[in-house]
Amino acid sequence: MAALQTFYERMFFIRRFEETLLELFSLGKLVGTTHTYIGQEANAAGIIEHLDPDRDVVFSNHRCHGHYLAFTDDAFGLLCEVMGKAPGVCGGKGGSQHLCKGNFYSNGVLGSIVPVATGIALAEKKKGTGAVSTVFLGDGTLGEGVTYESLNVASLWQLPVLFVVENNHYAQSTPVELELAGSIAARGSAFGVETAELDTTDVEVIHEAAGRAISRIRETSAPYFLVLNTYRFSPHSKSDDQRDPAEIEERRTRDPLLVAGARLADAERSAIEARCEERLAETVEAAEAAPAPAAAPEAA
Amino acid sequence: MSTQSKRGVQVLNEALHKIFGARDDVYLFGEDILDPYGGAFKVTQGLSDAYPDRVITTPISEASLFGIAAGMALRGQRPILEIMFGDFIALGLDQVVNGISKFREMYDDQVTVPLVVRTPMGGRRGYGPTHSQSLEKLLLGIPNICVVAGSECHDLGALLVQAVEDERPVFFIENKLLYGRVLRRPEDGHIGELAVRESVGLYPALSFSGTDFTEASATIVTYGGMLPLVLDAVTELILEHEIFCEVVALSQLLPMELDAVYESVARSGALVTAEEGTLTGGFGAEIAARVQAASWSDLRAPVQRVAARDGIIPSARPLEDAMLPSVDDVVAAVAALEVVRS
Repeated sequence: MAALQTFYERMFFIRRFEETLLELFSLGKLVGTTHTYIGQEANAAGIIEHLDPDRDVVFSNHRCHGHYLAFTDDAFGLLCEVMGKAPGVCGGKGGSQHLCKGNFYSNGVLGSIVPVATGIALAEKKKGTGAVSTVFLGDGTLGEGVTYESLNVASLWQLPVLFVVENNHYAQSTPVELELAGSIAARGSAFGVETAELDTTDVEVIHEAAGRAISRIRETSAPYFLVLNTYRFSPHSKSDDQRDPAEIEERRTRDPLLVAGARLADAERSAIEARCEERLAETVEAAEAAPAPAAAPEAA
Repeated sequence: MSTQSKRGVQVLNEALHKIFGARDDVYLFGEDILDPYGGAFKVTQGLSDAYPDRVITTPISEASLFGIAAGMALRGQRPILEIMFGDFIALGLDQVVNGISKFREMYDDQVTVPLVVRTPMGGRRGYGPTHSQSLEKLLLGIPNICVVAGSECHDLGALLVQAVEDERPVFFIENKLLYGRVLRRPEDGHIGELAVRESVGLYPALSFSGTDFTEASATIVTYGGMLPLVLDAVTELILEHEIFCEVVALSQLLPMELDAVYESVARSGALVTAEEGTLTGGFGAEIAARVQAASWSDLRAPVQRVAARDGIIPSARPLEDAMLPSVDDVVAAVAALEVVRS
């Protein structure tokens, strides 16, 4: 198991990376949009620790930066991509929501990614690689019908898919109570998929539960449905937030960084944070200095 | 045994067997494709018995099947997806528009998505409004995919083999009437009385002429299930009106490559487009725009379009016949050109 220090460093770096993006936006240095992962970092850190980037596959959604950083550790490629710079991981063509590096993919249409991750699992199963195909959904994704077609197929064909539902309780501005009927976890079990549900921001607890889920998938090659009740402290994208500030403040008392940080000695925590700040500053400096992509000559 | 004596369904079936025998990364997905049923139109007959691990019958879930095929292709496999009726591609268009067609370019060429979607289109069988359409035009507006539609004079099997070899996503459109028709390939450069030329390229265009390409009063560009109607119209125009037309039957609808059309229009000076889909925003509209830009100085009359009326395809035979383009419509379009020019 990864040390708590490692988890804290990953989570802290994701947090500061995302905060930095919002700062760069306010300075007019980014264009387009971004959907930050602030508050949900324990999910990415806890789950992805179990995945092998050389074998396993991750398909993420519009809120993909935390997953990307946890899986690839490629902060420079991501920042350049979001800033529209040539060294971006997709040459600036994808931007914040459309990333691809090695076995990591993301796309910006909710639900669309779920069958693709299911097909990836089928390919890997047929090839006999033993890979797990992890797909990150949110509560909002559960409004898309194609999600249920995919659950049906994954169960019917016994495919090694880890469906992670990060229920952050809001689909953009709409609270979950206005978008979902019934139980989220029961959506998995209704299809005969083994299901677990957590309500925690503790990275070690998430890590342990994800370990059970991924071990089950590796043993059985069957899908697993992992529901993580979570919360994002930041707006849906940049400044579009009408939630009750008191609600956000209450949630901040369970900030995954506070929970994990409390278990570290002050000096240790400070050293990790300083290391992250230094790395981030270097990354920002390098990305700002990077050239913009040149438009290709008109295609034939 | 030559393809000349075979029906479309047999040619396509044999091509699939050949493809499966040649590559072990090819998979077939679709509804009701297992033996002994072998697919609603019997194109996949015998495949699941021969390749049980690679022929996968699916739930009725087109939206996710497009995505599943995309996932397979992203991970190095060659999926072929059979959509039972072309009308049902509408259920999967999100995957096509926002994933399949985009992954390669938006991921900066780090991936390819070599999948084939095979699907029957077309009417004239009384199946009614949701099982008779020719929806190719919906696909023509999607960058970075390939749309292939053979005719009864094309080598359908070779087209399908090529589609599976293609690194691009390919929609392979099979007009329903092709399944039952005996294919007619050129022999000694002719089909019947008409001289035939086949363009080079992955998905060739066929050009037809009653004057050995020396002169023509008009060019008619078409594809797929409209070709036999257009050839009947050409014969009627020769026999009854002494008007000689050239015909270009494309098999690659997208990306649109119209060199054969431009060459013919340079001889004929006039163009008719003929398609089975509805008129507005269609195959003919795009070709008209391109030909007027490329061949303005050759054209002596406005481009005429023949297509289905902008409405539903009714089930009852007389109503369906009235809706879909006919031999008479093609003859009338050419006659209209003659009126304009005289």
